[in-house]
Amino acid sequence: MMDEGQLSRGTKVWWWVAGIVILVYALFPVAWIVSLSFKTPSDLGTGQFLPTDWVGDNYDNILRGDAQDLFLSSLRNSVGISLIATFISVVLAMFAAYAIARLDFPGKRLILTTALAVAIFPVISIVTPLFNLWRNIGLYDTWPGLIIPYLSLTLPISIWTMSAFFRQIPWELEQAAQVDGATTWQAFRKVIVPLATPGVFTTAIISFFIAWNDFIYGISLTSTEAARPVPAALAFFTGASQFEEPTGAIAAAAVVVTIPVVILVLLFQRRIVSGLTQGAVKG
Amino acid sequence: MAAITLKDINKRYGDGFHAVKDVNLDIADGEFVILVGPSGCGKSTLLRMIVGLEDITSGELRIGDQRVNEKAPRDRNLSMVFQNYALYPHLTVYENIAFPLRLAKTPDKEVDERVRRASDLLELNEHLDRKPANLSGGQRQRVAMGRAIVREAQAFLFDEPLSNLDAKLRGQMRTEISRLQKRLGITTVYVTHDQVEAMTLGDRVVVLRRGVVQQVATPRELYENPVNLFVAGFIGSPPMNFISATVSGDSLHTPFGEWKLPASRAGDLSGHDVVLLGARPEAFEDVSVVSDAVRDHGVVFDATIDVIEWLGNEQYAYVPYDAPEDIRAQLAELERELDSEALRTQLVVALDASSRIPEGAPASLWLDLRRVHVFDPESGTNLTVEAMKDHGDQAAAATPNGGRPSAAASPGETQRETPRETPGETAPRATSEAGEGGDDTVP
Ligand SMILES: Nc1ncnc2c1ncn2[C@@H]1O[C@H](COP(=O)(O)OP(=O)(O)O)[C@@H](O)[C@H]1O
Ligand SMILES: [Mg+2]
Repeated sequence: MMDEGQLSRGTKVWWWVAGIVILVYALFPVAWIVSLSFKTPSDLGTGQFLPTDWVGDNYDNILRGDAQDLFLSSLRNSVGISLIATFISVVLAMFAAYAIARLDFPGKRLILTTALAVAIFPVISIVTPLFNLWRNIGLYDTWPGLIIPYLSLTLPISIWTMSAFFRQIPWELEQAAQVDGATTWQAFRKVIVPLATPGVFTTAIISFFIAWNDFIYGISLTSTEAARPVPAALAFFTGASQFEEPTGAIAAAAVVVTIPVVILVLLFQRRIVSGLTQGAVKG
Repeated sequence: MAAITLKDINKRYGDGFHAVKDVNLDIADGEFVILVGPSGCGKSTLLRMIVGLEDITSGELRIGDQRVNEKAPRDRNLSMVFQNYALYPHLTVYENIAFPLRLAKTPDKEVDERVRRASDLLELNEHLDRKPANLSGGQRQRVAMGRAIVREAQAFLFDEPLSNLDAKLRGQMRTEISRLQKRLGITTVYVTHDQVEAMTLGDRVVVLRRGVVQQVATPRELYENPVNLFVAGFIGSPPMNFISATVSGDSLHTPFGEWKLPASRAGDLSGHDVVLLGARPEAFEDVSVVSDAVRDHGVVFDATIDVIEWLGNEQYAYVPYDAPEDIRAQLAELERELDSEALRTQLVVALDASSRIPEGAPASLWLDLRRVHVFDPESGTNLTVEAMKDHGDQAAAATPNGGRPSAAASPGETQRETPRETPGETAPRATSEAGEGGDDTVP
């Protein structure tokens, strides 16, 4: 993008075309879900893209009607569990990544590769043992019962992202702080943490998405509204009658749960300004 | 403010690299000392050991009358300006300067007073609310200095603070640093690889080579009496000329003829077959502008001048000549190590601006033999300075420290091969030799 000025007209056109294709490809399912959420049950099977009648019944159903209990409690669970998991993971990853970026200690590579190995481990294969374990020790269907496995998903990626950010912060800033009279902790808190904020926010967003989008743990390790998150709860929606598909309600719920994510990104986007460390060094 | 004493300081890095070797140095209270040497010679390492960012492998470091080897940087109360400034990008200029005071929990009122005083001194007043990213190189440099002077530190340490600035700004800041140091009178250790900065700023200059101190002396002393080839080649621009010569009896056979050095310059050359003669460009002159009174102190020889650069106030003439292969290889090696202007086997000769010697024609040049140094090509030792030292030892004995802080360089690699009667006294005393060299210099 930086050398846009040098791009020839033809190249530019191709960039636009490619961009639009990708945008349409990515947004089409979203648009379909939005459209579905405004359809009447009878309209669902017509195969038409736009609803014949735009109705808000589905939203009414999940926010005030029959599905209200199921949906709102799961929304609360999702928000709470994801936020706590994100918070813990960001704090832990911050210290781990700092150590990895700054200190030379035996086993550094081991930690990084282990983190990577954990991240690529298929979730589905540990869910059954975990289910049994959780039932035995009483974590089944509780918030911690989900937060702990979520950490195993979010921590590796958080450590990796954050150590990349820490590596960009000039070592000398910290040394300057120490010469200026700071303890190691003060140097970390007053210099490194403020500079690492973009990294912290980026990591937080990624972590939050991972926790927010999880379905397998959510459906396997919960049984009631005590801890069931939204993606799992969607599977328990029922239609108005036994013979009616709950598709409309599910679509409406999907739209509703996307909104906080969108808001989150828009909010944090402004904090993820790169180049905050610019001006620290060199002339 | 305090004196800094380094005693047998060594640094071995984790990978086994011996970066600083047996450094002994006494820095007096209020003194401005320069550490100079080519890149990679261990200057920064030494500075970082003083400030506490690097562990001292062995030896003792004292600040004031306290041993500080084991102290953390924050307990040493030194302030440092980093090569790349290391400003805090998230803080304004004001808060950057105030940072050390905030850490010390200074009351707001005093913080404000001191920051304003520093910013007055450095002319940063209109930038106090700006962020470092929006400042120019010179302004950032001043902010870094502001942060260093804002608290009452025991000493200032600078690590190549001007190397990121352009030539003009570098000149300005150099004067500014010098003025600031004189005004505040605080002990200062300043690292640079630029010999011009070293010569213009310091009370005393420490020349380092591969972690070994070569010479500790005033700029004038370094220029006039370099202890070895390395120092001679490093200090001065254009650099000193080196001419190989074969010793036969008491005369020297050079590519420019048979020369006979005055006894005060030659010392005892028996035992040497080949020596290197060193002469600064200004020791040469166009014979036609040399007055009769001094002509007898030098030799006249014919040479073909290759190129002349006329600078207005003086002119440089380039005279190529042939040197034996091994000498040429040695000079090339020295040049590479010094990382400096070419020390090719050519003479660079500074001529009076009024001289009308033409380019490309043979000319008669005069060399002042009283300003020639004789070097041992193997060890690199300056035999002339050696001879003067033996001669001047009686004078030095009377005032052991010459009124200056004692500054004994350790016997370095280059000096080890030539055992000496007083190995501790390797660094020539400025005072003892200034008097000695005084009558040797041309008026
Ligand atoms: N952390 C380190 N580990 C190993 N060797 C180092 C380290 N830092 C510097 N060195 C080596 O020590 C020597 C001196 O470095 P330095 O003091 O930075 O030189 P300079 O005189 O250019 O400031 C160099 O050869 C460098 O390669
Ligand atoms: Mg350096």
